[in-house]
Amino acid sequence: MASRERVETRVLGVARVLWLTVVLIACVLPLLYMLLLSVRPLQAVLQDPLGVPSPSELNLEAYRKVIASPEDGGYGLLSFFGNSLIVALGSVVATVLLSVLGAYAATRLRFPGKNVINISFFACYMFPGIVMAIPLFVLFSRLGLRGELPALIVIYLASTVPVSVYMLRNYFRSIPRALEDAAMVDGCNRVQVIVRIVLPLAMPSIAATSLYVFMIAWNEYLFALLFLLESRDNWTVSLGLAQLDDISVSATVLMAGSVLLTLPVIALFFAAERLLVEGLTAGAEKG
Amino acid sequence: MASGPIAPSTAAAAETGAGPGSGGRRGRRGRPGAGRRGPSLRVREGRAGLVLVSPTVLIVLLVVVLPFLWTIIMSFQRLRLIDLQNVFDITLTLRNFETVLGSADLWVMVRTTLIYSIGGTVLSIGAGLATALALRQRFPGRMIIRAFVLVPYVIPVVSAALVWRTLLNPQFGPVNVFGVDVLGWDQPIGFLSERFHRIELFGVGFDAPIALLSVIAFEAWKTFPLAFLFILARLQGLPRDLEEAARVDGASPLQRFRYIVAPQLSGVIALLVLLRFIWTFQNFNDVYLLTRGAAGTEVVAVQVYQYLVARNDVGGAAALGLLMSVVLIIAFAVYYRYGVLKQESEL
Repeated sequence: MASRERVETRVLGVARVLWLTVVLIACVLPLLYMLLLSVRPLQAVLQDPLGVPSPSELNLEAYRKVIASPEDGGYGLLSFFGNSLIVALGSVVATVLLSVLGAYAATRLRFPGKNVINISFFACYMFPGIVMAIPLFVLFSRLGLRGELPALIVIYLASTVPVSVYMLRNYFRSIPRALEDAAMVDGCNRVQVIVRIVLPLAMPSIAATSLYVFMIAWNEYLFALLFLLESRDNWTVSLGLAQLDDISVSATVLMAGSVLLTLPVIALFFAAERLLVEGLTAGAEKG
Repeated sequence: MASGPIAPSTAAAAETGAGPGSGGRRGRRGRPGAGRRGPSLRVREGRAGLVLVSPTVLIVLLVVVLPFLWTIIMSFQRLRLIDLQNVFDITLTLRNFETVLGSADLWVMVRTTLIYSIGGTVLSIGAGLATALALRQRFPGRMIIRAFVLVPYVIPVVSAALVWRTLLNPQFGPVNVFGVDVLGWDQPIGFLSERFHRIELFGVGFDAPIALLSVIAFEAWKTFPLAFLFILARLQGLPRDLEEAARVDGASPLQRFRYIVAPQLSGVIALLVLLRFIWTFQNFNDVYLLTRGAAGTEVVAVQVYQYLVARNDVGGAAALGLLMSVVLIIAFAVYYRYGVLKQESEL
């Protein structure tokens, strides 16, 4: 028995190291390759695909090309960053505003129909985006809003609000109720309680929620494709980059664009990784 | 008041946190003034709750629920993108369902979608579970590894798909170059363009649906971090003493996993299976960006998109989308019926 313990412990120990190595390579290597390819000339890549580039051949030509406007012989990706920012920040503000109110109501107040609302949120969260897209596509076409950025913000708001309420709700629960009661006794009304007591205390989870919404909105592709395709001026970075793939742009330029698209998200993620992880998995421990 | 219904006043007392027998409670009860002070705290609380939650409910209603109901109507209408005036035409027809269900490649698509979603779900959760178990013990650098493991999940799907397309490119993609130069493959493999690739293993040859396997691998790679995160969170909440006791009693590591850890993970894994299946089943981005649905990877979401955009057939898209939702609603209902959701998410 003791030997079985020893054998299994050793085998599992080796398997663990091997598996973690594989996982780390799988997670990090594609990103490194993206970065590497974006600074090599295409000719060098084609001649020696596995080669490590010599410092002398590194250049930023691919970045210049993908950023520059079409008049300067580029692919105009830079002009799409403004659109992505508007959509992402707009979604963050709208979603956080609504979900703070919703989450507060869901944790602190008892009101008729609360359970039905909770369950239907969960159902909406899993509802197929592509099915939702059909009527919204028709509706926004009829209203003439299809190519407009606010249309996207409304959709991202609706698709992120369930998770946001869930994340905030878990955090609100950990705020002692006595604080709010004390404030109410001192004469605060409900809105003042939320603004003065709950919001300052919930800042970490609000940051996590904002980050989550930002990433969803920044990364989103399907609705951007469906709604914005015909109005090029409003393209988001994701859409603009995906469209480049259709017109056989060289791989180095595509990788430079991918780096630019990924960079903001990765930077935000590593800046606030712990917050985000705690926000997303709060409540999963007790399962 | 004292002779009236007791329930509201006890509820109000519980709400303000006044203990039984306190002077305050007696005082409030003695007052007949619920009416004079306006609505009771409980009623006001209910109103405040409804007011606060209504914007969220409204937006979800407008953007998710009503559109879904409208999809049901549209699936019975003859509606093309060019003549959207027909939106208000209420002549109902079954033509859309005839088109969708009568299409020659329906069963191929159903099979592809099922293989894709089941394969993606199993691989994603399996990899997530293995990674969570491997990172359970504390060691230096563990948090850094955790952060890196999450990278595939957080990066934009467009970047991820582009880098995979480049990595798997038959001409200069490093995977194929490595395979041909180092592993001695006869020829590069079109991972995202070949429907089948002949594989000879130990003298046995078979045709692997290579493009479908590649998009499944991509899906698993992109989503296993989420499964990892949830399983790890659950693992860290497990009490250690049970396992310790089993170890003292002579249970080996595998036995401890099988009889002690696994049963406690079953809840979170069941929930993840549902979530991953539902999301993979409806996934459009990954397949569309990698293969455009070519080479035997046409899943149902991509076909809904084709109905809508390529064929301009709104009614057909709605009918197929509706059928797709029915499958998901059934999955959801089964879970709800067996209480997995309630227990896991406390909704």
